[in-house]
Formats: sequence, C-alpha cells, structure tokens
Amino acid sequence: MKNTSLTEKHVALGAKMVPFAGYNMPVQYAGLTQEHHCVRNAVGVFDVSHMGEFWISGPKAFDLIQYATSNDVSKLFDGKVQYSCLPNATGGIVDDLLVYRLNEEMYLLVVNASNIDKDWNHLSELNKEFGATMVNKSEETSLLAVQGPKAAEALQSLTDMNLSEMEYYTFKIGTFAGVENVVVSTTGYTGAGGFEIYFPNENANEMWDKIFAAGAPQGIEPIGLGARDTLRLEMGFCLYGNDINDTTSPLEAGLGWITKFSAPFLNSENLKAQKEAGVTRKLVAFEMIDRGIPRHDYEIGDANGNVVGVVTSGTQSPSLEKAIGLGYVPTAMTALGTEIFILIRGKALKAVVVSLPFFKK
Amino acid sequence: MNFPTELKYTKDHEWVRIEGDIATVGVTDFAQSELGDIVFVEIETQGETLEEHAIFGTVEAVKTVSDLFMPVSGTVVEVNAGLEADPAHVNNDPYGSGWMIKVKLSEGADLSSLLDAAAYEALVG
Repeated sequence: MKNTSLTEKHVALGAKMVPFAGYNMPVQYAGLTQEHHCVRNAVGVFDVSHMGEFWISGPKAFDLIQYATSNDVSKLFDGKVQYSCLPNATGGIVDDLLVYRLNEEMYLLVVNASNIDKDWNHLSELNKEFGATMVNKSEETSLLAVQGPKAAEALQSLTDMNLSEMEYYTFKIGTFAGVENVVVSTTGYTGAGGFEIYFPNENANEMWDKIFAAGAPQGIEPIGLGARDTLRLEMGFCLYGNDINDTTSPLEAGLGWITKFSAPFLNSENLKAQKEAGVTRKLVAFEMIDRGIPRHDYEIGDANGNVVGVVTSGTQSPSLEKAIGLGYVPTAMTALGTEIFILIRGKALKAVVVSLPFFKK
Repeated sequence: MNFPTELKYTKDHEWVRIEGDIATVGVTDFAQSELGDIVFVEIETQGETLEEHAIFGTVEAVKTVSDLFMPVSGTVVEVNAGLEADPAHVNNDPYGSGWMIKVKLSEGADLSSLLDAAAYEALVG
C-alpha cells in the first residue's frame, strides 16, 4: 500500500482511511454529507495525489497524443486543457484523462491512479511508432483539488495569477504559495468550480497548510473520496471502472463529444462505423421513483420483468435528497421519461430516465 | 465511542436491550460511525418470526448498504416508524431514537452468545 505525501495529515485530522487504487486514501473526515455540502456551497480540498501524471514532449508528442486519444488535440492551445479518453483496439476504453498543452511540443497527461501502469504500457507501445519523449512523474507529483464556488476567493492570496479570471479548462504555471512552477488548472470532478493544483511531493505539507490558512475565512474543509464520488455522480461524470471500462465504447458511454473523427486515432475506423450504425446500448441517467438506492452492478429490468441492463454507479444524492444512478440500457429505452426498474434485493423498483446533470446549478 | 453497560451486543454490531420477553434492537455507535450518514432503513419483516442471525432488514448509507441481523430468535413485533421519515436518528442517537425493531423472544431463545459492553468494546477497539 502506498501513501501520498499527506497521509499523516489525513490521519491526524481523523480521516477514515481506505485502500483505493493501491493507495491509502481518506474516504471521509467530518462526514460525507457535510463534506459534500461544503464543496457545493463553499470550498473543500481533496488530496488526489494518487492520480498519474505523464509528461509527453518533443517533435512527435502531438502525433502520439493525437493518435492515442479520441478527442482532437489540434483544438488545444497553450494553457488549454482537454478531457479525452484512450481508446483501445477493440472498441473499449483504456482510461479517461486530461490533456494539458504547455506548448506544441510539451503536454501533460493526467490519468486515473488505478490505470497508471496500464496506461503507461499502452502509450509506450503506441509510442514505438512515434518516438515522443515520455516521462512518468506520477510518484513525484502531488495534486490537490480545491473545489467549490469560493475556491478562487479562498486561494487568491496565495498567488499573483488572477484566479477568478481563468476560463474553465485552462491552466497557468507560476508561483503558488511560495512554490515555483506550480500547475494550476480550472478543472475538477465536482461541478462546483475550482482548481486542481500540481506540485512536487516535497512541497505537499507546506502547500496543504497554506491553503487551509488562506481559505479559513471561506470555511475551507478537507474532503474525502466518498464526497468526491457523490459530487461527480450528481454531475453525471463517468468514473473509470464503474461507468466506463475496457469493454464500453465511448459512444455508448455518452462520450461522443470527446470522440472526434476529424483526426484518425487508435480504432477510430471501427468507432466511426459504430457511430454510423448506431449503438445498441447507452449509458443513461435515472432517478428512483420507488424507495431504494441503486448500486454498482444491480440489474436493470424492463416493464415486463426482463433483465435489460446494469447499474454502473448509484447513490443517494446529498444535494437532491433523491436516489440517483447511471446504467447501461438498450438504446430503445434511453428516451427521457422512460420507466425502468432497478432490481434491489429481489424487488423491481421503478426509476425514470432523466437528463444530466442531476444537479443543476 | 459509547457502549452503554446495560445493553448486550453482537459481533454483527447490533445492540439489544432485554426487558422481560421483549428485546429492543438497534445498531451500535461503532456501526453507525463506520456506515456514515444513513439515508434509508428498510425493514419489511414486521410480524415475521426469525431465527438468530437471520436478516431482518437493511440499512443504506450514502455509499454502502449493510444487512441487519437478528441478535436473538423471535418475532418482530414493532418497527421504529420514526426511521422512515428520518433515518439520521441512527447516526445521532443509535441507542435511543435510532432503535430499529422490538422482538418478542422465542420460547427458550438462547441469549448466551450475546456480548457484554466490555467484550464488545474489546472486539471493536
């Protein structure tokens, strides 16, 4: 089990620690619901240093990333971030990721902790054709996500960067909390606004302390992985390993908007054909009508009692105070308002297909 | 963490208060703390006679679901209706307003496997 540079901080704060993606991570501090509301209404800090960071550089960096990712990297400009995925050769998804362009020959890829080795091997294999320079800095890089409507206000005293003027999905590199060359991006996994801040491990403790001191007037709190999941699910953001995996097509998962056929990528011919033919199942969002909470891997039934799909994520939504979920169903059952049935402990409980996000600001 | 000495406990983290032939049952302070914010308590076994260790209901926290086990053999004679509207009683007052069921003990119900507070505290400590 690996620790992040901040594990001792979490333990000292009384966090409940759980194994996640090979790391000992805080799942909650004061309580999931309280932490969730803190991010929606004010500002909270997540230690997500378990995430992976790959630096891709050189004259072939663009070509490698354009081929390896489904989105169109040519749309990026210096200081811009793009959500994307790594398609595999068989129609599924190796991982979803963020692509940061520093300049036309320097990119940062941020990948899921559980997939660091898989992604590295996959990209290294593809890179045999390209010869870009690849450096895996996952083990040396700490990442704090400071999320919530008061995030800019909480952090502004720590930097000369004008945080409130940064556009969504952009980044700057500069001095932050006295540390040089910090990457600050207007990204996150909560839908609450805020920043993700990348810096070397050796600065982690001072960075944490300075952020909490700066954000005290805004009521800044540490937030665990439990609230991270409820926050992301209220927005309908996919979680790799739940909603998307090696066998789900990005088109089935509602990721057509990051699957751009303007430039060829790995398996793009087959995905293009799939798009033209139409997918047979799709990821839908649903709310429970009957009382019950959907969970990952529960079956989905139709009105005639046939099992037609599977729940990929589910929870009680703290913001909506409703039970919500995502799951795959046949394309014929994806229209908004369609009644579906979630099989919970032997009972078929009624739910209805709704639009995303669940949580509308 | 609070473990009242007048109660008995199980390894499944339920508590039991025995008064005559009626046992009041809930989950322990440790259990509610481990589960986190409880959002739904589902008990549909009212009137049923169940063996010790049988499932009498389920408790759903935001991120997890757990079964509830009979600490003793008996008939479920009452379910705490207050949990329907506000399941957070289980978090806020696990030994009081967070009680879950009342059980009429079966004839000759075996209470010998129940733990006292010290033994339970040693188990979870």
